[in-house]
Amino acid sequence: MGRTCDRPCEPACRRGRVEEEPVAICRLKRVAADFKDDITHLLPDIPKIKNGKKIALIGGGPASLTVARDLAPLGYEIHLYDNHNKGGGMMRSQIPAFRLPAEVLDQEVNYVLDMDIVTHFNTYVKSLASVLDQGYDAVFVGTGAPKGKNLEIPGRNEGGSNIHIGIEWLASVAFEHTSSIGKRVIVLGGGNTAMDCCRTSRRLGGEDVKVVVRSPFSEMKASPWEKEDAMHEDIPILDNHVPKSFVVENGRLQGMMFEKVQAVYKDGKRKLVPTGEAEVFIPADDVIIAVGQENKFEWIERDLGVEFDKWDMPVINSTSFASTRPGVFFGGDAALGPKNVITAVAQGHQAAVSIDLYCNGQDVNDRPAPNVKLFSTKMGIHEWSYDNDVTVDQRYIVPQADKSITLRDRKKEVELGFDLKTAFKEAQRCLNCDVQTVFTEINCIECDACMDICPTNCITFTQNEDDENDLRMKLLVPAINNTQDILVSDSLKTGRVMVKDEDMCLHCGLCAERCPTSAWDMKQFTYNTAKAGSLSFV
Amino acid sequence: MSFNKPKFAHPRLPKNEAGYTRKYYEGSLSTLCAGCGHDSISAAIVDACFEMNIEPHKVAKLSGIGCSSKTPAYYLSNSHGFNSVHGRMPSVTTGANLANRSLTYLGVSGDGDTASIGMGQFIHAVRRNLNMTYIVMNNGCYGLTKGQDSATADYGSVSKSGHMNTFEGIDLCALAIQLGATYVAQSFSGDKHQLIPLIKGALAHSGFSFINVVSPCVTFNNNQGSTKSYDYVREHNEAVSSLDFVPVKEEISASYEHSVVTPIEMHDGSVMQFHKLSPKWNPEDKLSVLSALITAKDKFEILTGLLYFDKESKELHEMLNTTDTPLNQLTEKELNPGNEILSKINASHR
Repeated sequence: MGRTCDRPCEPACRRGRVEEEPVAICRLKRVAADFKDDITHLLPDIPKIKNGKKIALIGGGPASLTVARDLAPLGYEIHLYDNHNKGGGMMRSQIPAFRLPAEVLDQEVNYVLDMDIVTHFNTYVKSLASVLDQGYDAVFVGTGAPKGKNLEIPGRNEGGSNIHIGIEWLASVAFEHTSSIGKRVIVLGGGNTAMDCCRTSRRLGGEDVKVVVRSPFSEMKASPWEKEDAMHEDIPILDNHVPKSFVVENGRLQGMMFEKVQAVYKDGKRKLVPTGEAEVFIPADDVIIAVGQENKFEWIERDLGVEFDKWDMPVINSTSFASTRPGVFFGGDAALGPKNVITAVAQGHQAAVSIDLYCNGQDVNDRPAPNVKLFSTKMGIHEWSYDNDVTVDQRYIVPQADKSITLRDRKKEVELGFDLKTAFKEAQRCLNCDVQTVFTEINCIECDACMDICPTNCITFTQNEDDENDLRMKLLVPAINNTQDILVSDSLKTGRVMVKDEDMCLHCGLCAERCPTSAWDMKQFTYNTAKAGSLSFV
Repeated sequence: MSFNKPKFAHPRLPKNEAGYTRKYYEGSLSTLCAGCGHDSISAAIVDACFEMNIEPHKVAKLSGIGCSSKTPAYYLSNSHGFNSVHGRMPSVTTGANLANRSLTYLGVSGDGDTASIGMGQFIHAVRRNLNMTYIVMNNGCYGLTKGQDSATADYGSVSKSGHMNTFEGIDLCALAIQLGATYVAQSFSGDKHQLIPLIKGALAHSGFSFINVVSPCVTFNNNQGSTKSYDYVREHNEAVSSLDFVPVKEEISASYEHSVVTPIEMHDGSVMQFHKLSPKWNPEDKLSVLSALITAKDKFEILTGLLYFDKESKELHEMLNTTDTPLNQLTEKELNPGNEILSKINASHR
């Protein structure tokens, strides 16, 4: 949907190496979703005759929905349980509508639910044993991390009526049980939940809303763009403040006391050391605690064979997402602790593969290989089947609705999304990571043409070195990014080797263009992770 | 489809002492055939100028006609340029040099442009010891007109069409030495390690610097039987010397084993570390160099490196005893000193 993703792809985007900002991949996905026509005919056909296997999914969030969409087309009968009246899980209860409008969420969730999924909404599963008793062939637990962490400091109980737990408060706003908050609000915490809480507060009557966080600003867990959006809505973020106590007078919350600290780094570890200044009082009518989430597994009986570790977390295989009881799988925040939506989806895919293997009597540790292809893009002289022109455009800014409108309406989406023209220009910034520069030693006549033409000096012909670091340092521009492998060819006719530092490669194809013997070729690489059903016996 | 050079440069591209990156010395995208040796020479020129901290606006690049003479478009975009008539680059350079001796003159030419139509021009620039660097991109064929043998094609070399050359090839280096060039080198486009210091030495040298660079024509003369193909030159390359160019004020540190190292001081104070790899000839003795060239030819060897060097070089301006001020900067005041001085001059002749 291109709205709520934590964008792990963008820091990896190579555009961010040659200039300041990566391609706005997330926002381009939104464009694709925003401008799509009716896509229902493109969705997989759901077999009317099922394959005889029944799967229970506990929790209706992103992990469970992913398992459902992977398994339903294969003929599985899927039963989905959730305590709310609609699917979506934390995407509905915790992500505010101004970031993810309900219509968009409904549409996406329904694409999955329309795959003949049997839903059991408004059903809180109190016991795993009772689910197992119903004879499901496999059970998937995608119950998230539904418990917000509390902060047990003086005054917590006395001021209780004006102190809220972040995710609980967000859910109560989402389901319209809460519609107002005091004028002065303190939000404790530095993650994305804290950002959602403070921005929601601004929409429910909070005028003087502050985020107060223990760590330095630069180390906050919230995504940079979420911090920016919060500050844009006139919400200051006070860093290096550790909450000490709630100040309550006559049974009413007055504010909070904080100790000022500074971060000291020793042996790579951070320590927050008090600065010695007097404690700071910040007045507030309401405080929202958004300092983290925890799992809650009291509904899972401990005698079922599902083992728990010393932190009371289920023991899960991080590849197959199988628990210690055969046929019970976990995914999303419930599996390995709270992360984000896209991680939950990834884990859901893997769990679906496992469930499919398990139901077919296969070993869940025997993972199917990804599907990869590599083929030349050369079509003729100066002609490639990919767009190899490199623009110098900087990242385009996604327009936002005016503050005066969005702060009045909790459901008004803030980001307006790219229009098609801007989206096209933004997409042109892509450096075509999928198109690989492939070098064939036997064809090379060492004319150096590729080395001379490379606009970013990625290619060097030189004598090899025993130590890779020595080799890295003697390239035309030293390859100091050790996280990026360098390509070293076999020995060429003159005894030299061709070394390519992929770090700054623009994939413009000029090396292949200027190569007289096609020793270089631009080959397109496709990589598809194996999904459930991409197995030989299906 | 696109054939544009991206404007991006490597973000960590180093700058030289003049404050420019290598990119600043580059030109537009080459339209020569992919793999052309000339492109490597262009790149070597870019590297040499960058490493010597030459300010691009103090260079004039000149050429005639041919594939080689197109190359000034592909390097030093920020320098002065003149693409002259076929074979006439030496005369245009002579004129420019006389008018403004403060620039660095870099002429490039091909085997046709120099050894055929431009021969008459070339030899006179040599014998005047014009202060310039003259690079011949020598591929032994007329690439622009589909690869006919040129005047430098070696006797016995077989063209792409299977025809053997029955004429004697002109040895440009021998010719230049005979006619009084004061810096003569030979190299191979596929060996930048050797070529770049040679170009640097040539640019620093005061007087006529000649570099004959064998530069394979990938399209018409890179076949079996050709004596100017990548493979042939690599097999028959006999490096007689190697150079380290040490700019002014830098300490000399390089040293090679198994060779005699002679530091050669250039007129601007920079030093060339000359590694003589063959004991049989003396680079300051014309006779021994010419004999080495002839012997090598008989053995089908291509001698590369700095072949000949004249310490006592006196360039054209010194021979003509011209004023230190570039002629184009002289004003009426200097050119017309008045009746009184004229009378004195006249009196001196009576």
